[in-house]
Amino acid sequence: MREQDAQVRARNFEEVACGYSLDDAMRESERCLMCPDEPCIAGCPVGINIPGFIQKIGEKNFRGAYDILTDTNLLPSICGRVCPQENQCEGVCTVGESLEAVAIGRLERFVGDTAIKEGWSNIPYIEANRFRVGVVGSGPAGMACAADMAKAGCDVTVYEAFHQPGGVLRYGIPDFRLPNTVIDAEIDNLKKLGVKFECNTLVGRLFTIEQMIDEMGFHAVFVGVGAGYPTMLNIPGDSLNGVLSANELLTRCNLMHARDFPNFDTPLPIGRRVAVVGAGNTAMDAMRVSIRLGAEKVYCIYRRSRTEAPARVEEVHHAEQEGVEFHWLTNPVSVLNDGTGSVRGMRCVRMELGAPDDSGRRRPVPIADSEFDFETDLIVYAIGTNANPIMGQTSKLKLNKWGYIGTDENLATSVAGVFAGGDIVTGAATVIEAMGAGRKAACSMKAYLGIRDPALPYFTETGSGTLFGIDMRERNFARVRVA
Amino acid sequence: MVTAAAMSNFVIVAREDFSEVTYLLEILHPLMAKAAKPGQFVIVMLNEHGERIPLTIADFDSEKGTITLVIQAVGKTTRQMQQECQVGTSLYGMVGPMGIPSPISHAKKVLCVGGGLGVAPIFPQARGFKESGAYVIAVLGFRNKELVFWEEKFRDCCDELILCTNDGSAGMKGMITDGIKVALAGHPNIEEVVAIGPPVMMKACADTTRPYKIKTMVSVNPIMVDGTGMCGGCRVKVGDQVKFACVDGPDFDGHLVDFDDLMLRLQRYTKDEKSASERWSENCRMTKQIDPGALNELAKGGAPQSEPLELPDPYEDAPGG
Repeated sequence: MREQDAQVRARNFEEVACGYSLDDAMRESERCLMCPDEPCIAGCPVGINIPGFIQKIGEKNFRGAYDILTDTNLLPSICGRVCPQENQCEGVCTVGESLEAVAIGRLERFVGDTAIKEGWSNIPYIEANRFRVGVVGSGPAGMACAADMAKAGCDVTVYEAFHQPGGVLRYGIPDFRLPNTVIDAEIDNLKKLGVKFECNTLVGRLFTIEQMIDEMGFHAVFVGVGAGYPTMLNIPGDSLNGVLSANELLTRCNLMHARDFPNFDTPLPIGRRVAVVGAGNTAMDAMRVSIRLGAEKVYCIYRRSRTEAPARVEEVHHAEQEGVEFHWLTNPVSVLNDGTGSVRGMRCVRMELGAPDDSGRRRPVPIADSEFDFETDLIVYAIGTNANPIMGQTSKLKLNKWGYIGTDENLATSVAGVFAGGDIVTGAATVIEAMGAGRKAACSMKAYLGIRDPALPYFTETGSGTLFGIDMRERNFARVRVA
Repeated sequence: MVTAAAMSNFVIVAREDFSEVTYLLEILHPLMAKAAKPGQFVIVMLNEHGERIPLTIADFDSEKGTITLVIQAVGKTTRQMQQECQVGTSLYGMVGPMGIPSPISHAKKVLCVGGGLGVAPIFPQARGFKESGAYVIAVLGFRNKELVFWEEKFRDCCDELILCTNDGSAGMKGMITDGIKVALAGHPNIEEVVAIGPPVMMKACADTTRPYKIKTMVSVNPIMVDGTGMCGGCRVKVGDQVKFACVDGPDFDGHLVDFDDLMLRLQRYTKDEKSASERWSENCRMTKQIDPGALNELAKGGAPQSEPLELPDPYEDAPGG
């Protein structure tokens, strides 16, 4: 896929990967073997019919490809860009066993972008069923759940605390990976399904989950508020000016457009030498944003080695191309004060890998007497997030010991009619996993409300086990509620 | 019955100017007016290009469906709001109520201390304590008589009121801590103190009550972006822990808060703030110059010379909460 040159793109916020041309897409689609066991479908968290849509591309039937994609995934332009395909569909691709796997993500993006360009949207026939569903959080989990429930005929309202919908897609993922225009297009698709968005609404504080069910007339609620609460390192000098979370840097830059200061009012700390701690996707975003904001040097400080870095291979590669200096097996010890309360530098210690820990990765242990100082004026922590406490503070939802919302295997919470999914259940994960959770919760929600779920099997040959013509095996009539 | 209607439009229904820099806005938001509790705050956006600024709720009226904010024009956004927020106009965004409500304890005698702009957000707490049956003494501190506001409002809901001004032009002459000492001398059985104001004032209050070992709550006002616990910009040191003011606060034990750290962190964007403010003043002057009268003057050859505006130091008297 064509990419903007590293030297050029490091100075702009335009998208890095330019996307497939028609010829690229045709050529790539021919590489799919259409193998009968379809491992890619099982590898996809939402179970997209991958060979099906690739075949349509091969037939130059892009609309057909779009129809197949949107059967299971309403947001192909987003997922094609941000899914870690190498661990999912592409990771299990049969072609990938001997050659490079079929670029499923890029093909998906090609179809999604074509749809946006052509103005396609697939609005199924929806018969309203008078059920009202509330969705808390407009990120990927909430969007996926809202789409499914709207398609099932429910009246869906999505609440967002920020002034614009999209959640992490909007505030977290920078424009050069996921342009705002793509998010807008996908949100417009949801609006066409009848989904209503209410921004500036902090659920829990403005009204509670319980009030939504008891007073506001919602029959079911999905909570997908994300993890949020950033982890700090808790080392000396943490609170100095010039130390901030990746969330803060990215939110200021992306959502608040601080990179256009003073045209936009939100300021942003500009670092000359920026050190980003962590090596996940968020860390890569923070580094690449810092480069684009004009930093002379950007360092990645990570206590493990490159093999253990949780970021996508492609992201590490992009960051490297753009000039990020990686310091593997290096752990911060303290932040150094310049005497005025700002950051002057960072003290680190070299690490080596020991025996494997709980996560199966080799545990980094400090090397004695290997401490060293280096100069930096801005330090960004991208070392993960904890559970956002607001839901726990304001509702009766049961939490697990880490503060995330506890659910059963169907994503039902301890409060009847309330479902939860995404980062607020699992802890920080990926966009597509959150979407998968949103869809799974929607499935459970339909069963809870007693709505027939077209995704579940329907048996035409009714045996003796039917009750008023309903086949027991459908397991699809769990509860009857009168709306 | 809660309804989710009319949440995208935040109309200003009343405005009052207390002084040249302090003004009050009443914003229509029936749902929030019902939900708000003492000690909570909102985040406001003036327009699409604006920044998100946290402001402590100064009052709420569930019957009228309004939220009251008292604002001091110190930076670019608050000065622009002073100019643009007239009755009938609306804000681009207002979200809340945020933060954990102040715990209105069952203390029998409470001292509510408000300094400068902090007088506004201390009001709901004073009223809350009064409603729960406490004997409420208010200590209000201002620089001078011209800046005094809400004296009557406090007289109506408090059992005693001690007004101090730095120059003695109203009430007793002295610092707010002198007022606290007077109150403590008169009432040895005060069980709780609540103080809101600029950090330096809250620090002084906490230091004053420390020897008496009276529980002292303060409402901190660090820099925030989202106000939902997501950015960590508002972290404050409380004892040996790091707390996020937006979701773990904003009220903390004043004897544990590291005020020096708080004040230092408030200066993170001082330079940007100042340049934004100067640029904005410059723009305002240019707009003024383009009005017809000014153009005529220009035509006559005598361009009006505007004096550069004197900027108040944004953190000399930072908004109290």
